[in-house]
Amino acid sequence: MLRQMEKVGLQYLQPDGTLTPEGEVAWKPIERPLKIEFYRWMCKIRLFDQRAVILQRQGRIGTYAPLQGQEAAQVGSALALNREDWVFPSYREHGVAMIAGMPLKQILLYWMGRVEGCRPPEGIKLFPPAVPIATQIPHAAGAAWASKLKGEQSVAVAYFGDGATSEGDFHEGLNFAGVFRLPVIFFCQNNQYAISVPFSRQTATETVAEKAAAYAIRGVRVDGNDVLAIYTVMKEAVERARSGEGATLIEAVTYRHGAHTTADDAGRYRKQEETREWVELRDPLTRYRRLLESEGLWSEAEERDWEAHCKQEIEEAVREAESAEVPPSSHLFAHVFADLPPSLVRQRESLFRLEEG
Amino acid sequence: MAQLTLIQAINDAMRIALERDPSVVILGEDVGKNGGVFRATEGLWKRFGDDRVIDTPLAEAGIVGTAIGMAVNGLRPIVEIQFLGFSYPGFEQIVSHAARLRTRTQGMFPATMVIRAPYGGGIRAPELHSDSTEALFVHTPGLKVVVPSTPYDAKGLLLASISDPDPVLFLEPMKLYRSVREEVPETAYEVPIGQARVVREGEDVTLLAWGAMVPVAIAAADEWAEKGVSCEVIDVRSLYPLDEETLVTSVKKTGRAVIVHEAPRTAGVGAELAAMLQEQAFLWLEAPIARVTGYDVPVPMFALEDAFRPDVKRVSEAVRQVIAF
Repeated sequence: MLRQMEKVGLQYLQPDGTLTPEGEVAWKPIERPLKIEFYRWMCKIRLFDQRAVILQRQGRIGTYAPLQGQEAAQVGSALALNREDWVFPSYREHGVAMIAGMPLKQILLYWMGRVEGCRPPEGIKLFPPAVPIATQIPHAAGAAWASKLKGEQSVAVAYFGDGATSEGDFHEGLNFAGVFRLPVIFFCQNNQYAISVPFSRQTATETVAEKAAAYAIRGVRVDGNDVLAIYTVMKEAVERARSGEGATLIEAVTYRHGAHTTADDAGRYRKQEETREWVELRDPLTRYRRLLESEGLWSEAEERDWEAHCKQEIEEAVREAESAEVPPSSHLFAHVFADLPPSLVRQRESLFRLEEG
Repeated sequence: MAQLTLIQAINDAMRIALERDPSVVILGEDVGKNGGVFRATEGLWKRFGDDRVIDTPLAEAGIVGTAIGMAVNGLRPIVEIQFLGFSYPGFEQIVSHAARLRTRTQGMFPATMVIRAPYGGGIRAPELHSDSTEALFVHTPGLKVVVPSTPYDAKGLLLASISDPDPVLFLEPMKLYRSVREEVPETAYEVPIGQARVVREGEDVTLLAWGAMVPVAIAAADEWAEKGVSCEVIDVRSLYPLDEETLVTSVKKTGRAVIVHEAPRTAGVGAELAAMLQEQAFLWLEAPIARVTGYDVPVPMFALEDAFRPDVKRVSEAVRQVIAF
């Protein structure tokens, strides 16, 4: 049996908001604005997430995958990246996407079923969410491979959940990364459930991180609700990748507070006590806010101001997304090929004629 | 000009691509030191090195998936899948990602890549090595699918596929790898994707075929020529996009069509061609369009291969039927 600490993973910030001795060491060199930024992002992402769930209930967006509870994992890892780095997310990384530079409006458009929501602004190296499980893992390995072959410094990150570690693409991606020593980071948010199936049904190993050994890459298990530990571990993995030391598999042990998506009922497969424990005792925002307050870096008034600011920004994004012009039906054909083959030109013309009546 | 086999022409196309564009890389199983199981990449590893001609682990999803990542990060990968029948572990990456990326990212991250795969029967290969499942890919929006049947076309079509901005599945008829030889220019040239080749002009029946079925169709045409029936033979060559104009023009001229492919019949590419022809040339047709295909059974082990694959006899019989109708 693993000791409690090993189950949780590397931890710098304890649930009561105090730093461990290693945490003290990691905390000191971080610049004050970044310390505050950690919290601001977590807060904004949670407010966005809560708003998105309500929008789905109101029928204003489609089925949505909530991330509440996983803010620390996403914020800590994404803030350790640079703009030149590649991000290959699954469908739950709205927080990562925002930090990478995806406007909130675009994220909402995606969940409104609009393909425009897949396309980031120019220069943002963010892939659209991977809906099949684990398929983005080889993509990240390939992008990292290209960086290495071109002699560039950029690294690539694949984000995925614990369920993805059962798929062949996970093993193939990690194997390529090991064999070719690629500058890639595999970031697993082990939120304990793949829809309803618990982690114990995905693997007989105690951890995801130990699987790294099979591919001769580095594996780290970290408390996924501890933004400081996540940031530190990710920063180190990025630096290792940039300096040619190869890939890292990071397992962030966390929990999604809500259901898999708004279409599912988590009460069918999770015990209330378990969920309550994670929400009440291990919440990533509460823990970090305690630390900030004790250091005099955050206050009740700042909290109110920031929440108001975020809510305004989110409402603005909702307005923009809802008023975005609907593309004409012929947009179906817009980007299937670089140049439209004749048969598709004819299909598009038939659609035009239909619309003209 | 040199006399090249089809596989030598493919090798020559990749040499040119590697020489003129530093972003071109080849990746696959055994493509390096071994030069490919069919020797398609012979000599390229030695000449261009390990970073350009890459022996990968044995993992088709990994090969196609990493090639997609390479493509979006500025390389132009040419993937070799050892046999089309081995593409199925990588099928998800082809269908769910490579084919859709241009649409999903609204043109931002297209998967500009070529997937080469030997396919079809006729060489007495082991089980599962002789599949001809081009229809699976032709049915996938966002992919182009081409099949050369001559050394000249193989080089020109492969160079066109490599410079194409979209993902192209380049199918290589194994049976023809070394059975034909022809003059192939040493310089670079392209055979445009989306154009069929009129192999032989004729007046009475149009024979449509691709890959290793082209020589079978030609042989059947020869047989009927002796009996005074003139067959037009068309190598469809580009299965998607399709050169509908050349096909329709021919069928309007002859009034009869026989489609030959070695893949199973049901929902095969032949069904699509027949539907397209009846939509566009119905009033010119003198007889129902005939299909000569593999049967709807798993491609057999090679003891029964000849019974499965269309041959001259079966094609000739179909010609007789459409003439006699």
